[in-house]
Amino acid sequence: MNTLEERDAVPAVENRLPVPVAAVPPKNGGSRQRSLFSGGSVLPGFGLSLGFTLLYLTLIILIPLSTILLKTFDLTWAGFWATVSAPRALAAYRLSIGASFIGGAINAVFGLLVAWVLERYEFPGRRIIDALVDLPFALPTAVAGIALASIYAGNGWLGRWLEPIGIKVAYQPLGVVVALTFIGLPFVVRTVQPVLRDFDPEVEEAAASLGAGRWQTFRRVMLPELLPAVSTGFVLAFARALGEYGSVIFIAGNMPLRSEITPLLIMIKLEQFDYAGATAIALVFLAVSFALLFVINLLSWRRNRKLSASEGGD
Amino acid sequence: MLAGNRLTEGRQPGRPSRSLTEPRLVQWLLIGAAMLFLGFFLLVPLLLVFYKALAEGVATYWAAIREPMALAAVRLTLLTAAIAVPINLLFGLAAAWAVSKFRFRGKNLLVTLIDLPFAVSPVVSGMIYVLMFGAHGVLGPWLAAHDIKIIFAVPGIVLATMFVTAPLVARELIPLMQSQGNDEEEAALTLGASGWQTFRKVSLPKIRWGLLYGVVLCNARAMGEFGAVSVVSGHIRGLTTTLPLHVEILYNEYQFAAAFAVATLLTLLALVTLTLKSLIEWRTSR
Repeated sequence: MNTLEERDAVPAVENRLPVPVAAVPPKNGGSRQRSLFSGGSVLPGFGLSLGFTLLYLTLIILIPLSTILLKTFDLTWAGFWATVSAPRALAAYRLSIGASFIGGAINAVFGLLVAWVLERYEFPGRRIIDALVDLPFALPTAVAGIALASIYAGNGWLGRWLEPIGIKVAYQPLGVVVALTFIGLPFVVRTVQPVLRDFDPEVEEAAASLGAGRWQTFRRVMLPELLPAVSTGFVLAFARALGEYGSVIFIAGNMPLRSEITPLLIMIKLEQFDYAGATAIALVFLAVSFALLFVINLLSWRRNRKLSASEGGD
Repeated sequence: MLAGNRLTEGRQPGRPSRSLTEPRLVQWLLIGAAMLFLGFFLLVPLLLVFYKALAEGVATYWAAIREPMALAAVRLTLLTAAIAVPINLLFGLAAAWAVSKFRFRGKNLLVTLIDLPFAVSPVVSGMIYVLMFGAHGVLGPWLAAHDIKIIFAVPGIVLATMFVTAPLVARELIPLMQSQGNDEEEAALTLGASGWQTFRKVSLPKIRWGLLYGVVLCNARAMGEFGAVSVVSGHIRGLTTTLPLHVEILYNEYQFAAAFAVATLLTLLALVTLTLKSLIEWRTSR
């Protein structure tokens, strides 16, 4: 029964192999696969899978995104500039970028601490807590938003203790920072954890045998190795926080010029059918986001290069 | 404090390199600080949702969940996920197959494009569909002439959800399939399996956990998406309100107990997602 199939299949495979496998040297680094040249592999489905991928990307992602450019052209240059540099818009950028930065910085410090504790120490409930770190990814942002707003409101669980000592969180810019810290929490933890797990214990032993204390070993030996992961996590958290909407609007108070984030300003302009204004602000904001994506890729590229360089040097 | 490696090792012969650690007191201080941070940011919000939901009694809780508008929101949320998740599963499989099994020009650009929705604010993700299909959008007049409603209707919600969740399956599968290589597929083909058989019997079993992982994450995001859906929905109660939008409406109407009651459904979804995620990670790490 199989012979028929085999007789059909084998020549077909050979037909698709104009170059013998061994004749083509593997391209430099990266993929470990035995693909041969552009597209050509013995495996079937290249046209189908790439075709479907490109079609879907074009229809669902690229064409809709390109409407942003299209709509911005409805504005004159002067009109565009007036929209994106209006005081209300400037205040919104400042709050979004500032609060995202502070949230990212808080997560850089505490994310490193949490990753360290989860990887290095044994304590009851460690695995459950490890799983819970991803909660901000899994919990719908609207739920996080109403929960945080209730906690930090004047009569909330924490708000009632903070307000008497003069710290108002809800309906203030500080509330935005709290929401953005929540939303960025998993990033630094998850980027640092694998680096800590793979950290060569011999390096620490060497530092200790040379007379370094634990703090010195951490600061001089381990921290430099961990910093690239921390900064990648920071940028990821920062980028996520910049665009965040759901968890912020409930706690922010949304006062123009004071506690109004950029995504909300875009939303308000859309609700007023000011499509051109909304797209202009979105365009400026997208430019910032894509610049960040570029930085992320640059960081991970540098980290990979450093890793492969140190492997090569051994 | 300059206790060297030898000294500690001598005291605890059973634990060679791990004995190189901090004093107990420092450990507990660090654990305490980390737990305090996580407690305030993760545990307190989680407990509060359930506390507030039940604050006015179990009867109010059930009433809020079984109310017709809430049930309509549940149905719409399930429908949205039932369309968006399978389509993005197919997309993820196709993209991962193309990227990991073949070599072609512009592959890095393609991977970056797949990640693009992550770099876009949810509000902007919804906005682009308004610009496309809205009354004043690019295709608006044509759609109006043919009496097709996309924005402020269910199709818009599904499209925005598809956009937001598009990278999730692909992202899990691409690195996994790249690390596995093509050898087993090539062997299957040489032994006479058809392309489809190879995919179904060789490739699919190898990636099943990664696939499940991606689907779980994709589903959680699809059911919980708020910003993008909020832009295209128009908030027509009972017709275009998904569960997160229903929570928002109730909260803004000061029906706090009802808002948190509906929010518990989404919170349970998040907890199930985290549990599945941990189970899959535990299975694959063995």
